[in-house]
Amino acid sequence: MTHATDQRLEVAMGKMLRIGVTVAAIVVFVGGVIYLCQAGGPLPDYSHFHGASAAGDHFGPVFSGAFHFESKSLIEFGILLLIATPICRVLFGVVGFFLLKDWFYTAVSTLVLTVLLVSFFVRR
Amino acid sequence: MNTLYFSMAICITSILAGFLGALTGLGGGVVIVPVLCLLFKVNLHYAIGASLVSVIATSSGAAAAYVRDGYSNIRIGMFLEVATTLGALLGAYLVAKVSADWIGIVFGAVLLYSAWASLRHVETALPSKEEDTLAARLNLRGAYPVRGVKVQYTADHVPAGFGIMFVAGTLSGLLGIGSGAVKVLAMDQVMKLPFKVSTTTSNFMIGVTAAASAGVYLSRGYILPDLAMPVMLGVLAGSLVGSRALIVAKVRTLRWVFAIVIVALGAEMIFNGLTGRL
Repeated sequence: MTHATDQRLEVAMGKMLRIGVTVAAIVVFVGGVIYLCQAGGPLPDYSHFHGASAAGDHFGPVFSGAFHFESKSLIEFGILLLIATPICRVLFGVVGFFLLKDWFYTAVSTLVLTVLLVSFFVRR
Repeated sequence: MNTLYFSMAICITSILAGFLGALTGLGGGVVIVPVLCLLFKVNLHYAIGASLVSVIATSSGAAAAYVRDGYSNIRIGMFLEVATTLGALLGAYLVAKVSADWIGIVFGAVLLYSAWASLRHVETALPSKEEDTLAARLNLRGAYPVRGVKVQYTADHVPAGFGIMFVAGTLSGLLGIGSGAVKVLAMDQVMKLPFKVSTTTSNFMIGVTAAASAGVYLSRGYILPDLAMPVMLGVLAGSLVGSRALIVAKVRTLRWVFAIVIVALGAEMIFNGLTGRL
């Protein structure tokens, strides 16, 4: 019986992952098309590391840029959506195991979610 | 070369990497990083940043298909993700502390191991007779379909498997790859889980592991949107086609070709690392 409900949780997670990746890929693709249409002049220098950009620390400019269809911000917004997808899956796990009254795995999922959020909000 | 041609060339290479990665089960990241560094002369940090993004995309994209078949085990996956995400944090932290040359050498070693692992004859490990009490207490068990019949299994050697998963996570965070080969090693060979369960659960875990280092990568500026864009879209498209082709293609010859390519890339990464060219 638990297996049947486990299976439902897994299918829900799978669906969520697919939707997240599809939406993220579309956003990145649109941003990419705009970027390539506007791209002119010499190739950016990729062979040297330039250090962190200001946008690395603040997601605000990314959101407002994406809203104004600024190409790089749009791509970055898509990448953020993509990264959020597996994090949402873990959140699904927390809720799902809680509903299954599996307290141990509710705690395990919460621990994983905490590690993920720490990696995002504790910078450097 | 202008931006349009450069992006196109990277996209086509990424499609190929994703396709072969899915066919051989090694994932696209393990090839795309050395190709970006060696062929396109991209800085190693930018290459692993772009690769990590593509790893999240392929893992999440493929998981939906595996879940339906009932092979992956969410409890075992979630439990081991504690180890892989903590390892990934350590790995991502180490990227800034270790020189690019050393990262290249470790990368080369992982490539050589992956080539060997992909050719190795896979024996289905037999679980031990006695049930592992720790695994039973942690509920690390399940049932998977074999020709329509549900077969029960329980994990073995939980602490060792957990430890190797931490290493897999560290490699993932340090190199921007999914490190699926090491994850499968932990589950299939050490924890004695059925091969199908190991590969599908590993795939499920790769996205979460990569997400743990992505936060650190973003804040350090390793992820360049304009470079990550063609890599992510290319690898994703290639792997979706590759996982469909898996059913019809004769994989044996391809596996050999791919293994030789990987050995060559691994050797060149080690050589470039040793001579300080990365």
